[in-house]
Amino acid sequence: MSQTTKTTYQLPIGPIHPALKEPVAFQFEIDGERIVDVSVALGHVHRGIEWAGTKRNPIQVLYLAERICGICSYCHPMAFSLAVERIAHIEVPEHAQYLRVIHGELERICSHILWAGVAAHEIGFDSVLFLTWEIREKLLDLTEYLTGNRVTKGITMIGGVRRDITPDMYPKIRETLEYLKGHFEKLRHVFLDDKTFIMRSKGCGILTKEDALQLAAVGPTARASGVKKDVRLDQGYFAYGDLDFDYVTPDVLTGEVNGDVYDRIIVRLLEVKQSISLIEQCLEQMPSGPIVSEPKVAKLLAKLKTANGEGIGRMEAPRGEVFHYVKMNANEHVYSWKVRAPTYSNILPWIPMLKEQQIADIPIVAASTDPCMSCTNRVLMVEHKQTKTFDKEALHQRCVEKTRRLHL
Amino acid sequence: MIRDQHLTAEEIVQKYHDAFSQNISEPRIERHITGVKKTELVHIWMRLNRSVFKEAIHHLFQFDESPHFAVMSGYDINDSIELIYHFSIYYGFRHKELSINFVVSLPKSDPTIETITDLFPGALISEQEKQEMLGVKVNGIPKDARVFISDDFPQGVYPWRRDETGPQTMVKNLHEVIQ
Repeated sequence: MSQTTKTTYQLPIGPIHPALKEPVAFQFEIDGERIVDVSVALGHVHRGIEWAGTKRNPIQVLYLAERICGICSYCHPMAFSLAVERIAHIEVPEHAQYLRVIHGELERICSHILWAGVAAHEIGFDSVLFLTWEIREKLLDLTEYLTGNRVTKGITMIGGVRRDITPDMYPKIRETLEYLKGHFEKLRHVFLDDKTFIMRSKGCGILTKEDALQLAAVGPTARASGVKKDVRLDQGYFAYGDLDFDYVTPDVLTGEVNGDVYDRIIVRLLEVKQSISLIEQCLEQMPSGPIVSEPKVAKLLAKLKTANGEGIGRMEAPRGEVFHYVKMNANEHVYSWKVRAPTYSNILPWIPMLKEQQIADIPIVAASTDPCMSCTNRVLMVEHKQTKTFDKEALHQRCVEKTRRLHL
Repeated sequence: MIRDQHLTAEEIVQKYHDAFSQNISEPRIERHITGVKKTELVHIWMRLNRSVFKEAIHHLFQFDESPHFAVMSGYDINDSIELIYHFSIYYGFRHKELSINFVVSLPKSDPTIETITDLFPGALISEQEKQEMLGVKVNGIPKDARVFISDDFPQGVYPWRRDETGPQTMVKNLHEVIQ
């Protein structure tokens, strides 16, 4: 009888793979169908944004920060803005602080609904994906109504916001929130009661509380493992200190914390409900006043040119804590800028989540932290080894051709 | 549980002074007031001497058994590289969290620092990033490899440096960089 030796094999997934929405490379060590070990490689969409920020003045950086991520296009410029306001001692009017909360919570709802759709898609439940897309469409309409844009909002300004929300706009906001509440029950039922969802997500991709703390997980990923950590509550920035809400952990609903994919679904769904309540509270308690501390941009820039010091801006983005460090040295340009998006902290927790799982669970476990690679990868131009070389003129020529083609 | 006893920012700075005396400098407590109810948030900044760096970070566990490591920042200024370690303690208690930021200066002639991954395993990516972006050497780092920059990027070029090891010449002639 011949003897066989059981060995593991390597399975690379990514950087470009149908199961992944953005580029990241996993190298799995597989035994049969079971994942024995995994390593993660990053950097495929690193664009040098932090470096580019040091060539710009703080107001120009706002627009650059907005382009770090398509979904958190509000959190990044706002966290940067918080850091700069602290360096330059700029007081934000109370009215503007409430408006900032509304935009932040609206972004959270949009992001969580989008994530719910992606999660459904990852387990092959595409009809739910389209249900969430229908709901998100209404929310994007509201975003457009409030900011003038659907995705890249352009609402942030150092010292406040750029557009007001006046009482005559409240009915439209309330109408959309009512629509969302009406559909929330349907979503809750699909995600939390559906047999397929439960089978695919319960006990899958577990992150223990110890691992979450050790690996510095943030946001819903940490809260689903029972770590009470939410910057909105920990350090009441904007007007969050005035509002009535609490930490969302899965035991609020089920009485227990498992730290699995199911728990991460619970946390995000409950946070949608919480965000609706926060927007309503803001509308009820809205103080009057200006929307920005200094409406004249030239005057603001002159003030920022004299700012000297360092500061941090932290805020709770949909995926967790966004952290911006800024240093200014009484110069036109920002001296140093570090952006820490939540996915940056949620990369290492992927490893304990994926170990001992099945190959088929890779997409949903990877998606369960709501990763955003564009947020995480930032830095410099990369030297590619290409077989064909394009010089500057050839590349420019191709750009011109592409633009002409699009205009036809 | 020590997490339930919340020291004030002043008490924490005082405790650091008592433990490390002259090795702690430029302590700064920032207070910011927000909202109609005037909620206060506090950021603490301290500069550490490299000789007590690891011990000082370890000291955080005296105040909170699970301090949170947020990220490391860093920049190049004149002859030194400044690293800033951002932590927070007392999270999970409404309005009680304190952000603690430690600044450590490394001379360019010897830009080395000890790893903190034994205390905070979540600091690995941050330390890898500082190695490749600023050219510092983290002693004892468990995975001494690049994380964001690809392996074929030239050795000895550090994107966040402002001196001759920085990327300035590459940036000016980007089209020449593509081979």
